[in-house]
Amino acid sequence: MIAVVPGELVASTPRAARGTGLDRAFEILCFSAATFLLAALGGLIVSLAIGGWPAFANFGVGFFFSAEWDPVREIYGAAGAVTGTLVTATVALLISLPLALGVAIFLVELCPTPLRRPIGTAVELLAGIPSIVYGMWGLFVFAPWFSKHVQMPIMMSAKPGTLWETLTTGVPNGSGILSASIILAIMILPFMAATLRELFLTIPPQVRESAYGLGSTTFEVIRNVSLPYIRTGAIGAVMLGLGRALGETMAVTFIIGNSHGFPTSMFASGSTIASTIANEFAEATGVLHTSSLIALGLVLFVITFIVLALARVFIGRQANL
Amino acid sequence: MFRNFAFGLAACLALSACGKPDAAKAPAAGAQIVGAGSTFAAPIFAKWAEAQKAETGLSLNYQAIGSGGGIKQIKAKTVAFGATDKPLKLEDLDAAGLVQFPAIIGGVVPVVNIPGVTGGQLKLTGPQLADIYLGNIKKWNDPALVAANPGVALPNLPITVVHRSDGSGTSFLFTSYLTAVAPKWAVVGANDAVKWPTGQGGKGNDGVAGFVKQTPGAIGYVEYAFAKMNSMAHVNLQNAAGTFVEPTAESFADAAASADWSKAEGFYLLLLNEPGANAWPITGATFVLMHKNQTDAATGRAVLSYFDNAFNKGDAAANELAYVPLPADLKTRVRSSWSAIVGPDGKPVYAPAP
Repeated sequence: MIAVVPGELVASTPRAARGTGLDRAFEILCFSAATFLLAALGGLIVSLAIGGWPAFANFGVGFFFSAEWDPVREIYGAAGAVTGTLVTATVALLISLPLALGVAIFLVELCPTPLRRPIGTAVELLAGIPSIVYGMWGLFVFAPWFSKHVQMPIMMSAKPGTLWETLTTGVPNGSGILSASIILAIMILPFMAATLRELFLTIPPQVRESAYGLGSTTFEVIRNVSLPYIRTGAIGAVMLGLGRALGETMAVTFIIGNSHGFPTSMFASGSTIASTIANEFAEATGVLHTSSLIALGLVLFVITFIVLALARVFIGRQANL
Repeated sequence: MFRNFAFGLAACLALSACGKPDAAKAPAAGAQIVGAGSTFAAPIFAKWAEAQKAETGLSLNYQAIGSGGGIKQIKAKTVAFGATDKPLKLEDLDAAGLVQFPAIIGGVVPVVNIPGVTGGQLKLTGPQLADIYLGNIKKWNDPALVAANPGVALPNLPITVVHRSDGSGTSFLFTSYLTAVAPKWAVVGANDAVKWPTGQGGKGNDGVAGFVKQTPGAIGYVEYAFAKMNSMAHVNLQNAAGTFVEPTAESFADAAASADWSKAEGFYLLLLNEPGANAWPITGATFVLMHKNQTDAATGRAVLSYFDNAFNKGDAAANELAYVPLPADLKTRVRSSWSAIVGPDGKPVYAPAP
């Protein structure tokens, strides 16, 4: 995925010049496939904007800053869901990045060759588990365990009246912002680990071998040679993981507790943009309700677009090194 | 998210693609009728269809896409009938040229997880339930609850309120009930999704039941069938007659039978707080929506004959799945309402056997 084919090489081949009818048809086919994708993307943005327009027109800029979400009185604001989305995705990233780095480094640098394939495959299999399964597992297996062994001890140890107590209040059943972030972290881990592993494999062997030749230990090679070498690409991989965490729906819906408004503690219930849409779209009948949900979709689209664009920039820089 | 979006789009396309040709076809033996809507009613619709397929060859393609979806699809004429847990008002029906009738009764049951308290021990009045869901009553040993439940050891445990996170007919019925019995609830209002003052949202009956089971001190609400199938600890509620009733098939049937359907134009009636001595106060029905003017008489005939057949022979199947069949006089009333559904020639498409 990092390979870049320089455009002029393809264009200057003499073959294209003596193109037969078949070549021409093939060219048109490929061109229309690519433009179809662009048209679909453009259509999606336009339809989201049109669908969300009543909400934007009605609430104005306040739509982005209000956390009020009241379907009975038809008052909608995106702030709560946007906050929930950004918080869960960021925390998920903070948890999964060290793990993903560890997995990738182990697979590339340290793993005994016979174990390399099984572990690599296992990581990739994790990525293939459907989101809903993570949700069910999160709700019925992870949440009770998390409540008993993590949440309850933390909540009971918090001194009344302290900031720590405010940050740890919540329903002691293992659901909430932090649980959702942990589930998200598990979900984006395989993707990030696989990408980071690919990046480590792009390091030319002679670079690492030279470092070893100078007498560096494995740790020094990783810290001083490998990590700096893949740095920009790694940021891109992280951004792609973030992009996935932002849009994740079913697993989060099951475990986040689904209450609108700003989350006030790490065990508090919250909501994300995707979970709000998944929860309410099927039954939304009012024009403003439907349109607010579509507007939320547009907001998520924009956030994801920004993240992916940044990822492209970073990965592009890595490829050009 | 775009995956889901695209999937939804594809599903809609598929639905309309298979809906339209069927609507145009004459439903002779082996015909298929297409419906969409309420997820709550989907299992019993499927069970009825299965029994009838062997008998008449009629097959049902029912898409459980949710009540809101059912209303949208029938208005868009992509399906032969829609099904909704939230009835449409007469003016909405007239505006869209639709008729509606109840097909099956269900209801909402509050369930609790209080250590030491078994199903049916806890008694609550409507206003108390509203106070709990408003966050005014915060502990199970609140004096009001203790006074109302002599002999029940209510612990000093915070109450965790659990509600549905997804828009649902169950929430609509529950919040409509609270609106009807507790003036205080007006600050929240009734809808299939509301701004809950407190508590956690679980996705679907599963999600609510999961949170309730895992949280000591939790109270939630689920469909009656779900509570019964999963033997959850239910709450007995006080009804309009002042008695505390158990949620059973009989108390739901009593609510449906004691309701005054004669004044319900277009069958718009929520079976909340009905006067029957043994009536369960949060009862509701799934309503079938059809176009008054059927462009193809045969399709309309097939749909009505399906429901007529289900009314005649489907009660046992309904009981088996913990649904409550319509009482006999309501069935008669529904059948007579079918004369309003006419074909292109202006004549009723279906005449139920007398």
